[in-house]
Amino acid sequence: MPDRFRTLTAAVASVAPLIVVVIVVILFQQAAPAVRRYGLGFLTGTDWNPVTESFGALPAIFGTVATSFLALALALPVGVAVAVTLAEQGQQGIRGVIGTGVELLAAIPSVVYGIWALYVLAPWSYAHLEVPISEHFGFIGWLSQPGVRSLFNASLVLAVMILPTLSAISRDVIRAVPRGLKENAVALGATWWETTWRVILPAARAGIFGATILALGRALGETIAVTMVIGNNHAMPPSIFAPAYTLSAVIANEFTEATGVYHPAALIELGLVLILVTLIVNVVALLLVRSTSREVSRAA
Amino acid sequence: MNRNARRRYASSGWLAVMYALTLLALIPLGLILWFTVSKGLPPALHLEFFTNSFRPVGVPGSGVADAIVGTAILVSLASLMAIPIGILGGVYLAEYGVARWASWVRLASDVLVGTPSIAIGLFAYALLVAPLHHFSGYSGAVALAVLMLPIVIRTTEGAVALIPSGLRESGLALGLPRWRVSLQLILPAAVPGVITGALLAVARASGETAPLLFTAFGNQHLVFDPNSQLQALPLTVYQYALQPYKSLQDQAWGAALVLVVIVLGINLASRWVLRRQIALAGQL
Repeated sequence: MPDRFRTLTAAVASVAPLIVVVIVVILFQQAAPAVRRYGLGFLTGTDWNPVTESFGALPAIFGTVATSFLALALALPVGVAVAVTLAEQGQQGIRGVIGTGVELLAAIPSVVYGIWALYVLAPWSYAHLEVPISEHFGFIGWLSQPGVRSLFNASLVLAVMILPTLSAISRDVIRAVPRGLKENAVALGATWWETTWRVILPAARAGIFGATILALGRALGETIAVTMVIGNNHAMPPSIFAPAYTLSAVIANEFTEATGVYHPAALIELGLVLILVTLIVNVVALLLVRSTSREVSRAA
Repeated sequence: MNRNARRRYASSGWLAVMYALTLLALIPLGLILWFTVSKGLPPALHLEFFTNSFRPVGVPGSGVADAIVGTAILVSLASLMAIPIGILGGVYLAEYGVARWASWVRLASDVLVGTPSIAIGLFAYALLVAPLHHFSGYSGAVALAVLMLPIVIRTTEGAVALIPSGLRESGLALGLPRWRVSLQLILPAAVPGVITGALLAVARASGETAPLLFTAFGNQHLVFDPNSQLQALPLTVYQYALQPYKSLQDQAWGAALVLVVIVLGINLASRWVLRRQIALAGQL
């Protein structure tokens, strides 16, 4: 007898892959006018002018990639430190509180990060980070021209937002490292730090890398908080303290006001670029995290 | 200083650095909560804030009732779509997880979780707003449902997987058909875990702004019709925070506070439910 229950649940579950396919197809179809008219030049053009219908995505692509990687560079040491601290044995009470705190950071809506970044973080960062840094190192071009709304401040808020992803997954990966490895190191006379730095972290390396890429995917797609502090400037920023733009911020700001055929299509093409980049990044990260957890369980 | 003492000092030093960085990670949470409460509480202390909707700058008694009602409508509609589908999908993954199709469903859910929410907004726009020529609460609800679906699927799968296989085997040994074992035996035992997933999905959907920008769009009047444009709390925060008027900025902070209370409240509640599930599964 055919298992009708299985068929039914499988059909319902198929909604998920179906939605993924429909999203990609429908966005391709909507972006088609822009794809046909601008071709590959869309990805390398630096001009963005709805009046002359000249659209180039390079500044937005650059802004997206630059803010995300800068955010990763800022968040990675902190995220791994949190993971190392949380994965330690003993005093589970306080570790539970810290873990909950970091996870709540992931629950805060991005618009709340946005309003906080706009009124608190960005002015503070301008006065206490950007201005002093540019005074001392402003002779390096990309550390000059401090501004309240800037690529750097967008990266700063992104760093806070991806921290929970980084630390939660890294903690799980570090916990999955076989106990025997650690005990062997300690038995050989290694100190706590030598065990952590030379044994545990290298064993968890691939999984932490996967967590990093997953966090990168989050940073690339983040919209609202970034839109509120990045300064919305359609140009290659001369400095990390200058206003810039990201793919998602351009869409958020311009889509409802876009008219004609090419402006909306160009914006949807930006969305398509964003989706494809995050898709690749996420699949790579998932495969990495899965393969390490399998490797670790085999080693144990 | 001999070499071993140096190694011990270095180790203690690095331990201190790790703890310091962990504290640093908690500072933003504290600051966000502090500023949301201190700036959001004064405007939210008036009853009018919850009973009135938008009034133009200069007219006193402006409130966010429109946004609260809008968020409630949008999230309820999205839940009606995403939660039943997600639960059945999760049951499929847990019961037939080794099937080849199941791994595709799993991959698709993971991909959907990682899809930028603004792109999901574009999708709902292209699917529902452009063909019908008007912004609507329905399109916003569909966008939110797409965000919620993978969360419900994966947490349901996890909750069902927590149930000891003895329960399933005894059901099957008694001659119950597979669907009765799944829906009447396993799923009820997994209810707290499934509720956790649904709650987390609701919390996530309540806080999302980007998918609503060109679907629900926002509305300055209090409306209850999902076929019209709807305001939502995150939209209120986003739109008013960028205005130059102090009174609107205050309202944005007030709305942010309401949003944080809702989202963190749901999250803490879901943790409590999850702990019960783990305790329950241990007893089975």
